[in-house]
Amino acid sequence: MSADTDLTTGPLEYRSHEGRMNILGFWIFIGAEVALFSTLFATYAVMFGRTGDSPVPAELFELPMVLIMTFLLLTSSFTCGIAIHEMRRGSLKGLLTWLAITLVLGLGFLGFEIYEFVHYIHEGASLQSSAFWSGFFLLTGTHGLHVLLGISWATLLIVQLRQRGLTPVTSRKMFIVGLYWHFLDVIWIFIFTSVYLIGMVV
Amino acid sequence: MENFINFLVDDFFVTGEPLIYGAMVSMALVSIAIVFVLTYFKKWGYLWREWLTTVDHKKIGIMYIIAAIAMLFRGGVDGLMMRIQLTLPGMEFLDSQHYNEVFTTHGTIMIIFMAMPFLIGLMNYIIPLQIGARDVAFPFLNAVSFWSFAFGALLFNISFVIGGSPDAGWTNYAPMAGENLNPGPSQNYYLMGLQVAGIGTLATGINFLVTILKMRAPGMKMMRLPIFTWSSLITSIIIVFAFPILTVALALMTVDRIFGSHFFTLTGEGMPMMWANLFWLWGHPEVYIVILPAFGIFSEVISTFARKQLFGYKAMVISMVIIAGLSFVVWVHHFFTMGSGAAVNSFFSVTTMLIAVPTGVKIFNWLGTMYKGRIRFDTPMLWSLAFIPCFVIGGVTGVMLAMAAADYQYHNTYFLVAHFHYVLIAGTVFGCFAGLTFWYPKMFGHKMNEKLGKISFWFFMIGFNVCFLPMYFLGFAGMPRRTYTIEPEWMPLSVTASVGAALMAIGFAVFVYNIYYSFRYSPRETQGDAWDGRALEWATTTPVPYYNFATVPKIEGPEAYWIMKSKGETTYDKEKVEPIHMPSDSGIPFIMMAFMFVGSFGLVWEWIWMAIAGLIGVLVCMFIRSFDYDDGFHVSVEEIKETEEKARGGEK
Repeated sequence: MSADTDLTTGPLEYRSHEGRMNILGFWIFIGAEVALFSTLFATYAVMFGRTGDSPVPAELFELPMVLIMTFLLLTSSFTCGIAIHEMRRGSLKGLLTWLAITLVLGLGFLGFEIYEFVHYIHEGASLQSSAFWSGFFLLTGTHGLHVLLGISWATLLIVQLRQRGLTPVTSRKMFIVGLYWHFLDVIWIFIFTSVYLIGMVV
Repeated sequence: MENFINFLVDDFFVTGEPLIYGAMVSMALVSIAIVFVLTYFKKWGYLWREWLTTVDHKKIGIMYIIAAIAMLFRGGVDGLMMRIQLTLPGMEFLDSQHYNEVFTTHGTIMIIFMAMPFLIGLMNYIIPLQIGARDVAFPFLNAVSFWSFAFGALLFNISFVIGGSPDAGWTNYAPMAGENLNPGPSQNYYLMGLQVAGIGTLATGINFLVTILKMRAPGMKMMRLPIFTWSSLITSIIIVFAFPILTVALALMTVDRIFGSHFFTLTGEGMPMMWANLFWLWGHPEVYIVILPAFGIFSEVISTFARKQLFGYKAMVISMVIIAGLSFVVWVHHFFTMGSGAAVNSFFSVTTMLIAVPTGVKIFNWLGTMYKGRIRFDTPMLWSLAFIPCFVIGGVTGVMLAMAAADYQYHNTYFLVAHFHYVLIAGTVFGCFAGLTFWYPKMFGHKMNEKLGKISFWFFMIGFNVCFLPMYFLGFAGMPRRTYTIEPEWMPLSVTASVGAALMAIGFAVFVYNIYYSFRYSPRETQGDAWDGRALEWATTTPVPYYNFATVPKIEGPEAYWIMKSKGETTYDKEKVEPIHMPSDSGIPFIMMAFMFVGSFGLVWEWIWMAIAGLIGVLVCMFIRSFDYDDGFHVSVEEIKETEEKARGGEK
């Protein structure tokens, strides 16, 4: 109703009031997610070094694996961007293809993360070991859960896109999943630097 | 089988307390009575169709308010029980454990399940009407918010008959609230009850932010928004950034308690002080979440009943923005005595005192609004007038508490208890009563009875001062907060406080009776503008049609309706009626949150299978919702015309 600007041009997802409101609402939700992860990062920072009898992070963190995970997730963000680009071009096939690639990369990331967690637990660093490891598992685990949720959500969307094609509603949903996926990437960059890189050298 | 019975008697149900047996019996009787009445009058279908599945912001708002009044009753009974126990030295009405539980539930319920839903209920009802919208931005999400609050409140409230109430204070400090010192389900009720309700609050914040930013009527610029809408906008921003902190804090402690992590424990190098920081990082903004909408209500009421435009509108908005910003940088003042050091304490001392400045600006603006106004002393105005001096007492003693060095004397004494009751009751509760009586005719089509309203006001207001003013002096006399017995030398003031509490109870009882009495006897409103109002909500007819506005007016300045009245415009322009798009009702929010309740109940008892079952139910509901492409429906022009002409008595 307010600022009744043109609803007939521009990207499909912006061509209805509902679409615009949903996208704005999701941006605000991402703001809330930033607050959520900030709290987790702050908790992790406070717990840093409080390892008690458990191993210190420098003993366990391994650069190669973390680098692979980082590349998987960063690449998936790039392919997600291409997927949205294909959507804007009106190519459902291109969108579905690149979205599928994105999800495979995401699954790869999750696989490595699960392997990593199991490995740490075998080495004696679990959620119960010490305050530091509690903070580590909660922070990275929350991010991992978000990735899992994003994959499930996007999978549902693939079904809907195949059923209905590109409509203002499906493209709006797709655009929002895209925002979410990029956001998880941003969080991972912070995890990569402030958890793994610092953890390896301190 | 015998094991199971033993479990029920020893752990599941709370046994051995006559008071709680009484509560159980009364709960059972009330439940049976409700089921009987619904069945006898064949109202189950009505209940489901009209209320449980509704996405109408007006009905959701009313449900919030009803629930909040019920919670006010429960929290009030807790408060009365504490007052009875503290009236005389050596009372044996409550033992220490029961007393701990009662002050914990009193605080938690009053803040989370009374103050917030009351205000959110008013926001729900009024904001779309004030900005000229047909509903909120996300009506489905709004229903999810309400049901998450309702089931969260239910979960928290059943604790006192099933499993035992939490007893570590509403602040739930670690390590006291941790698994080692406090095993069993009771603390989990606190964690899960707040977690479930918190989801809804966050969703509400997002919802109103988008609603106010995106759904304003044409011409309603930001600086033309009614001040209550402004206060709600700022409140929503605080919610969006504060509630995730609570979510994380609760989750960390839940994981601590159920899965054995070491965030707030004494072992494994955990840090109990971290909880206090996280809690108040949310908790202080929370205080402003429950006060800013009340400020908005007082502004609306004072301007309407002083029959003047609000004085210093811009200053009001700017001061609220400043308060919102400062609210995130003052949290340490809740634990100056924890030993953060002189530099840290000084910083937070200064930021805290700074808050007095924008708040003072607001006080002067209210006084300025009344200056030379032709003031009418109706009940909503009485609550607002009483608010100003009472809140100033609370605010000024807050500045005393803000001085870190002096706080070492006041900390955790009754001085603090008096302070925050002075701001929260005089601010939030008076605000809720003012708002409810003010908007009551819009919501229910009749005013609340003025005479009863004034009786309840005087009882409550005098009782409030008699109850809490002595507590400042009890604090100076060294009475610690949360003590369950008193020393003989505190007796005179304690007895006074209890008398005040009884007066407040009478005031509340009259208020509730007034709801019934007005329903029966108050004259019905024949037109929408009950108080000669100024903002757009008064432009609609009473009762408000479910689509709110037949035609959305063009807004030409602040106080939209005042301008419309001078020009003889209404929200029904026969020539311009178009079909109105409305969202469909849905049962998913209710069902989804019922599953959430089941899952959370499982987590409370650490029955993981049940938690997983509940979670699966929630996920299935989300799945169904994702595939639901229901686009709502359109109200036909004929229906709109018929409704409007009936409501307007054939005018136009």
